[in-house]
Amino acid sequence: MSALTLIYAGLFYAAAALLIGGLGYKIAQYARTPAPLKIPTTPAPTTAAGAALRVAREVALFESLFKANKWIWLFASLFHAALLMVLLRHLRYFLEPVPAWVAWIQPFGMYAGFGMVAGLGGLWARRFLVERIRYISTISDHLMLALLVAIAVSGLAMKYVSHTDIVAVKAFMLGLMVFDLQPLPADPNLLLHLALVAALMAVFPLSKLLHAPGIFFSPTRNQADTPREVRHLAPWAAELEKH
Amino acid sequence: MAAPTFETPKFRDIPIVPVLMPQAMAASRPFVAAAPIQQALGFPGELVPDWEQKAIAKLGELLGKYRSLRVYLDACVHCGACTDKCHYFIGTQDPKNMPVARQDLLRSVYRRHFTVAGKLFPKLVGARDLTKELLDDWYTYFNQCSECRRCSVFCPYGIDTAEITMAAKEIMNSIGLGQKYTNEILGKVHRIGNNLGLPGPALEDTLLGLEEDIAADTGVEVKLPLDAKGAEVLLVTPSADFFSEPHVESLIGYAKVFHQAGISWTLSSHASEAGNFGMFVGNYEQMKKISLRVRQAALELGVKRIVVGECGHAWRVAYSFWNTLAGPWDFLDSRYPAPQHICEVTHDLIQRGALTLDKEANDHRIITFHDSCNVARASRMGGTPGGQFTIPREIIKSVANHFHDMHPDTIGEKTFCCGGGGGLLTDDLMELRVKGALPRMEALKQVVDEHKVNFMATICAICKAQFSKVLPYYGFDMSMVGGVHQLVSTAIRLGAKE
Ligand code: SF4
Ligand code: SF4
Repeated sequence: MSALTLIYAGLFYAAAALLIGGLGYKIAQYARTPAPLKIPTTPAPTTAAGAALRVAREVALFESLFKANKWIWLFASLFHAALLMVLLRHLRYFLEPVPAWVAWIQPFGMYAGFGMVAGLGGLWARRFLVERIRYISTISDHLMLALLVAIAVSGLAMKYVSHTDIVAVKAFMLGLMVFDLQPLPADPNLLLHLALVAALMAVFPLSKLLHAPGIFFSPTRNQADTPREVRHLAPWAAELEKH
Repeated sequence: MAAPTFETPKFRDIPIVPVLMPQAMAASRPFVAAAPIQQALGFPGELVPDWEQKAIAKLGELLGKYRSLRVYLDACVHCGACTDKCHYFIGTQDPKNMPVARQDLLRSVYRRHFTVAGKLFPKLVGARDLTKELLDDWYTYFNQCSECRRCSVFCPYGIDTAEITMAAKEIMNSIGLGQKYTNEILGKVHRIGNNLGLPGPALEDTLLGLEEDIAADTGVEVKLPLDAKGAEVLLVTPSADFFSEPHVESLIGYAKVFHQAGISWTLSSHASEAGNFGMFVGNYEQMKKISLRVRQAALELGVKRIVVGECGHAWRVAYSFWNTLAGPWDFLDSRYPAPQHICEVTHDLIQRGALTLDKEANDHRIITFHDSCNVARASRMGGTPGGQFTIPREIIKSVANHFHDMHPDTIGEKTFCCGGGGGLLTDDLMELRVKGALPRMEALKQVVDEHKVNFMATICAICKAQFSKVLPYYGFDMSMVGGVHQLVSTAIRLGAKE
């Protein structure tokens, strides 16, 4: 087994552990923290199902963002939709046999890579061109965009510039999942791509990427508007009742 | 008051997003509460020596108690969608009044002390220690947020800057850095029962005087009962309704409605205040203590229903929080929601034809309606979402012939704060209040020009007080603002159904 394969296997195990452990920790923390008061941004749905639908619309359509700013909505939707396609397309490297629907989206998934870059480019341009957004941007905001662009570009390069031995890559990935290490091709583009993805996985639970689980726990979005009908009492607030 | 040392902002011909003027409002700070005011509320009298550690510890405590704070400090992606949504940013151009920048004042400290990234790479992620300079910024800019939640409508994650501001104010109070205006009022409500510090006998006199006024005006004996045991309804209303103009006109309106509908009602000297500044300073215990006064009064007077007068934040606390803070309300009449808004009561009576209304009596008025932020974005009226927008408008249209809404981007859930909410309605923040009113004044100007609007109705005591003061800065008459029940009062024909 080459050192390279060992290093990358280790890298991915570590990144996956950080991603799953970190995200699990944050989700548990969000779930544990009580929301003592009813604070849905109204008008809000009056049923739990309605509130779930509201969250679903935020996740799928970026409803509030659409109200706020059409440009950000356009670039953000483009990026996220493209990312979703790309992720689904990548399932082919983890599943054997490849399900028919994954094979079916393959062509869309490939163009989606360009969509990602375009969406990210739009968002990044705004960080420079719009004074207000320039003001609030931190170094990490730029680095996050750089990381995502680099992942997308290195991925596209494997398809359109110099091909990688994807059969070997798939063998490596399938092996990783069952702790049976297979050699990883030493293609610089691939190595870059994989290292960046591992980095993204590792920083996920430590960064603003927490917006992904966060939206599901946002009280202004996930609460039903029923304060008069149902008495809502957090455990620590119930303690106060005893005095 | 001294002549203003600032310029009233110009109306923008096209409402473009203003350019940034860093530090434009750095000097706008409300008076700090003196030691006796702070101590009366159980807060330290002055900034404690180890304030930095205490503040971090308090932040840690709040992170464990409020999911909103926990999630919102993590979730922001700096997308910028909220940056142009705050009326204070629009009016002052100070970048720290952009909602996300305001949040970042607290978020940077959260990152530094509560996140791995901020502990390891503070510079990279904008994490900062809580220095004296930053604490000064906290005091300055968290006192430039009216907790109006407009930003939360537009944020893709629903991040509500009001939650962050409340937490920051709670932290500052806990280390002895309180704001004079809010905390003085909190003291008054505990000591005397209302924000204005109006004692029982004075209240009784005022109400008698109003009864005489109504009798002189209409020839009908309308009562404004105080502490009347066994009444059906307890009315809890902002104390400004007792003697501020134009507030008192709405109080007269409520009295006329109850009178004509034949509903027995009473005010309470113990709970002579609907307002609850405990919310403004983000303090659960304060908010609970003040809410419990209403419960005590209701039990003592043996009422069957509780109705809340025209007050925005009071209605948020009543509608959204009373059940939690002072419930359950199982001793009240189960046929009515608890609590009810006076507009729900009046609207229902109008639907049932229980009121005799002469719309022509309001013909001299061309009316628009200002949605108050807490009613619009933090409460409801009636059974369906959005009732808080339709019910007051339907009342207005039932009592008057001329009504025009302002621009759709400035009403409903997108309404702009009056500029004086959130515990900022104090003379030491006059510049902020005037500038923060700009977006509302622009929308008003538009309907004044297009439809000759001469009356802006609203259902909030703070909005009424704020606009009375601020309208003249923009060339409008201060008497343009008034209550919805002021309009009802004008239209109602008392003799007709005797
Ligand atoms: S809550 Fe209102 S005042 Fe505060 S930042 Fe948001 S928009 Fe501005
Ligand atoms: S809209 Fe929300 S996520 Fe975007 S910058 Fe504002 S607070 Fe952050």
